[in-house]
Amino acid sequence: MSAVVAAIASPGAEEIFRILTFRAGYNTSAVIIGAIMLGVAAGAIGVFALLRGRALMGDALSHATLPGVAGGFLLGTWMGFDPRSMPVLLTGATVTGVLGVLTVLFISRHTRLREDAAIGIVLSVFFGAGVVLMQVIARLDIGNRGGLQQFIYGQTAAMQGRDAMVLALLAVLVLLVSLAFLKEFRVVCFNAEYARAQGWPVGVIDIIMMTFVVLVTVVGLQMVGLILVVAMIVIPAAAARFWTDRLFVMLLTAAVLGGFSGYAGGAASAMAGGLPAGAVIVLASGGVFLLSMFFAPARGVVAGVVRTKRVHDRTNRQHLLRMLLEADEVGDAEGLTRTGVRSRRAWPGRSLGRAIRQLRSGGAIDVDPSGGLELTTTGREQAARVTRNHRLWEEYLVRHADIAPSHVDWSADLVEHVLSSEMVRQLEESVAARGGALPPSVHPLTGDPETAQG
Amino acid sequence: MVMPHHGERPRSLETFPEHSPESPLSIHDMTVAYDRRPVLWDIEYEAPTGGRLIAIVGPNGAGKSTLIKACLGLLPTASGLIEIYGEPYRKQRSIVGYVPQRETVDWDFPVSALDVVCMGRYGLIGWCRPVSRRHREAARECLAKVGLSGLESRQIRRLSGGQQQRVFLARALAQEAHLYFMDEPFAGVDAATERAIVDVLRDLRDLGRTVICVHHDLQNVPEYFDEVILLNMRVVASGPVRETFTEENLLKTYGGRLTLLDEAANALARRGEPG
Repeated sequence: MSAVVAAIASPGAEEIFRILTFRAGYNTSAVIIGAIMLGVAAGAIGVFALLRGRALMGDALSHATLPGVAGGFLLGTWMGFDPRSMPVLLTGATVTGVLGVLTVLFISRHTRLREDAAIGIVLSVFFGAGVVLMQVIARLDIGNRGGLQQFIYGQTAAMQGRDAMVLALLAVLVLLVSLAFLKEFRVVCFNAEYARAQGWPVGVIDIIMMTFVVLVTVVGLQMVGLILVVAMIVIPAAAARFWTDRLFVMLLTAAVLGGFSGYAGGAASAMAGGLPAGAVIVLASGGVFLLSMFFAPARGVVAGVVRTKRVHDRTNRQHLLRMLLEADEVGDAEGLTRTGVRSRRAWPGRSLGRAIRQLRSGGAIDVDPSGGLELTTTGREQAARVTRNHRLWEEYLVRHADIAPSHVDWSADLVEHVLSSEMVRQLEESVAARGGALPPSVHPLTGDPETAQG
Repeated sequence: MVMPHHGERPRSLETFPEHSPESPLSIHDMTVAYDRRPVLWDIEYEAPTGGRLIAIVGPNGAGKSTLIKACLGLLPTASGLIEIYGEPYRKQRSIVGYVPQRETVDWDFPVSALDVVCMGRYGLIGWCRPVSRRHREAARECLAKVGLSGLESRQIRRLSGGQQQRVFLARALAQEAHLYFMDEPFAGVDAATERAIVDVLRDLRDLGRTVICVHHDLQNVPEYFDEVILLNMRVVASGPVRETFTEENLLKTYGGRLTLLDEAANALARRGEPG
């Protein structure tokens, strides 16, 4: 264990502080700033890639850059350039990366294979070609061929202030484009067929979107490496989705989460000197994703569990209220104890105890010394409302049995909020015609049902 | 709202003089094929001018949705000519509204009901410009028209099935189109929604708009629609419901499927009833 810690290195508190505040030297700061900017750019564009169902496409794209990098190196050598010149290598990466995407699109459009299969094929074949070319390069007698490996795993150590500037420029550009085309991207991602019918050139809009995915991928190659760069695009966007139901907010959240992951990962790798920054950045965004998945209030797992629990509690309270009212209606409310309640309905686990406790603290029921449950005045009002609502919904389902129950809004507190007043009147009549009792509505049914909402 | 006016008569009309330039939709000699199989052939149709509610009726696989999609330019046609108010579709897109089938929608998408309705205004807003307050207000009014005030900021999956359908109807309204194509707007909706949709369609008709719906339920065709297109890979018959929606034509459209004939018989029996 201590050997592991020693291998990771342990900076002092002062050093940590200097790293976090961008004062740990030119190189370290360039790396951290670059990582933040890449995170912002990838997070923002990733939102559209994710919503357009193109998340995996990014993976095909990044793997397909390898033959381009190696090919660019070979071609550059042959033509007498400095083979390690970045523009040559990145141009090669772009060319084969785009070729890979086009191949995926071609296969899925003109064959019956689904896109995931097409992506699997393209990703591995292009990567295989890249590995073969790398091997060819390794056997050539070229003086300086170091640095190519960095495209696979990423390498930040050599990062300069200029690279950070390029990444910052890219981040600004991606944000500007995302905002300018927010409307167009939204309609295409939401329903491309509708967009097409409305006359939007879906192909052009897709190309604009994919251009920035390609740019972020290619520029990010150096830093994170082609195996992990797709994570920068997918993870912050997916994490952001847990926090909001609005596209604009999701865009900003993804950019912030991406930037934060870059900052945390870049700083952590600087502290643990020698750990590959790309991998640490991806781990940081993985951590952000986990936190979002569990604890985001809008769609997180914990919030979901709590919501379900609340619905269960509410349903159980309503059942109990209704049961007490119905017992009242037939005149045997006296002495309806827990045992009596249990004999009329199955109450799993402690659900009955919870319902009684909650209703009591809400002042809806009283428990007399002998354990009998009694409705208070408030409780009686609540029970009447609940019972009326349930009976109307039941009647609705009986009368309109052709409608799938999932299309009926059971969750509405009051039937009047969902159905028109005329419909409610019809239902009331048909309940009465079948001899059923119906507590009166709390809302007068004269007005428009929409204005009664509140 | 001014109906589109075209001073110049399109050239094609000289070739097919029977098609009047004012017809909201005229289809001449259209054939559509998927892969190797023709799905629609030799479609001839001309919608009457003035506000009409038109049902496309036919058995499963008859090509009802295909007909709509071909008119909207979403599917390539093998041959034929489609004109909307006397002009090709690509010139008239802004006055054509579309309500797609429910199944094609990604309900988990991060949009609110109001966001969806605003999409109907995008064409009016134009490239790269944000949705202004004026357009947002117009969208809000459309939501109110379909009875969904107060649900503007609901994410669309948190609406009931009928409410979802009404949101998409509101989106079509927001576009202020002249010709609407709707793919099964009544599929799987609750009675309240059905009523709301019918009301909106009648308002549109009264404003002189033409609405063409793929429709499944033969029973209420005479009640809801003015015109009918009986389709089974070709147009079996088309015209006013009273003359066209006959037992004989339905037999030709549906072949010998008994259950459907029962429905048709019911529908015919109900034709005399007030709507």
